[in-house]
Amino acid sequence: MRGEGQVPFRAASFSPRHRPWSGAATLAVFLLAWQIGSSIGAIPDLFLPSPFAVARALWRHALSGDLWTNLLASLLRLAVGWTLGTVIGISVGIAVGMFTLLRSPALALVSALFPIPKIALVPLFIIWFGIGEGSKYATLAIGVFFPTVISTYSGLDNVQRNLVTMGQSFNLSDWSIVRKIMLPGALPSVLAGFRITISVAIILLVAAEMIGADSGIGAFILAAGNLYRTDDLIAGVVILSLLGLTLSALLTRIEQAAFAWR
Amino acid sequence: MADERTALATPLASDPGSTASSTRLKLEHVSHHFGTNSVLDDITLDIAPGEVVALVGPSGCGKSTLLNILGGLIRPSKGRVLMQGEARPDCLNPLTYVFQDFALLPWRTVEGNISLVLEDKIHDDIARCERIGEMLRLIGLQDFANAYPKQLSGGMRQRVGIARALAVRPACLFMDEPLSALDAQTRTLLLEELATLIARAAITTVYVTHNLNEALRLAHRIVLLSRRPGRIKTIIPIESSIDKRREGDANLVSAEKRLWSMIRDEASAADKELDDAR
Repeated sequence: MRGEGQVPFRAASFSPRHRPWSGAATLAVFLLAWQIGSSIGAIPDLFLPSPFAVARALWRHALSGDLWTNLLASLLRLAVGWTLGTVIGISVGIAVGMFTLLRSPALALVSALFPIPKIALVPLFIIWFGIGEGSKYATLAIGVFFPTVISTYSGLDNVQRNLVTMGQSFNLSDWSIVRKIMLPGALPSVLAGFRITISVAIILLVAAEMIGADSGIGAFILAAGNLYRTDDLIAGVVILSLLGLTLSALLTRIEQAAFAWR
Repeated sequence: MADERTALATPLASDPGSTASSTRLKLEHVSHHFGTNSVLDDITLDIAPGEVVALVGPSGCGKSTLLNILGGLIRPSKGRVLMQGEARPDCLNPLTYVFQDFALLPWRTVEGNISLVLEDKIHDDIARCERIGEMLRLIGLQDFANAYPKQLSGGMRQRVGIARALAVRPACLFMDEPLSALDAQTRTLLLEELATLIARAAITTVYVTHNLNEALRLAHRIVLLSRRPGRIKTIIPIESSIDKRREGDANLVSAEKRLWSMIRDEASAADKELDDAR
């Protein structure tokens, strides 16, 4: 190599950054293109209603009140089912993470039952828990249960051993070690699990409402589909998407507050 | 600063005369193996009350294992550890460690980390706060009480580790390479401080290090371990009093050279060993 020149900067690639505004802009452009496609007739209305038509459908159902009735029914199921599955899942996860006696048996059951699509079990749940709310709660709770067990016990497994040893070396009681070292240490993993279980719960909610319910967003979407009211159908889907986004944003807030120390 | 430290180091005990630990530690024929791997072989050692012993040896010689056996964190395969003498009445945790990796809870502040080891024993909030404040002053951390470990430098983190250990008024202090995770400058500074603290507190102390300089600066006796399986090779007493030693003392430097020539070959051989114990 001869001559002289400025040394080129070569370490530019492979460092993607997050730019929220470009995310929002992408959604806006997407909606705009969709609306233009519908307006000029490139996309037939029955095939895919325009964003405007979907917004109109949402407005209509919001005014008539059945949007709120269905949303409320769904939210209630989501809250009860998810909480039930989460509470039981965390308890079992803690047992698996702490006690040798329970670990292998519980993990064997979890490994065997986790892969079963819960949707396939909905008819069974209807027989067990009735066509009413019981079967919906059960479907959600079981779907949420397994990922929660796994995120809880793996969170406990990943608590740094040296912190536990430290607690023991200071003669902390076992209960103090669990409460002040193990559980806070496992919390990041548990909250990461929430992200998954909230999505799982929404998916199962809709499935359960489609199989046997006369209220809820799932039932609303199914009814719209049966009548080929595609604008209502997409309106229902939009509600689900917004629901997921809201809950995920809420979780981000909780994480930021809980993990200020990171 | 020097005056401040003098004033602050004394509250370790209400009566300065009782600061000294009266706890004696005895290792009797302690051997240990991990699986088929023999780590320690027949260690017998008597550590006098208030004495500072440095365990020195090449890497993998089992000195950390020995320290964990001393404090009851590892059950030895053979032999036993005896603790003799009455601990002070305000002692909350007789056998206390300072860890190489600090072992601070990242989700607790400096204050919270010290509080952690007191909460089970001091139920009175005001008394606990006073004890925490006393420790923060002792180690110069008053302004960092509400900081999280990730905000602190390595040296500051280890100060918290030391404050936490002293907060329980230990009868015996076990330090597992407390300075080895720090950069050289911080290490030198903290070593000076540690020497002052240890000399004042006069707690029975076992200090594990691979750094001869640290051992010579802090210890009354240096126990040299051979490479795996660790046996006591020699015990070297150091006469001068700890708080009079200074970095770069001529006799410390010559002692370091002598020590290094003794362990040099072993250190080199240990370095080329495959480490199956880990």
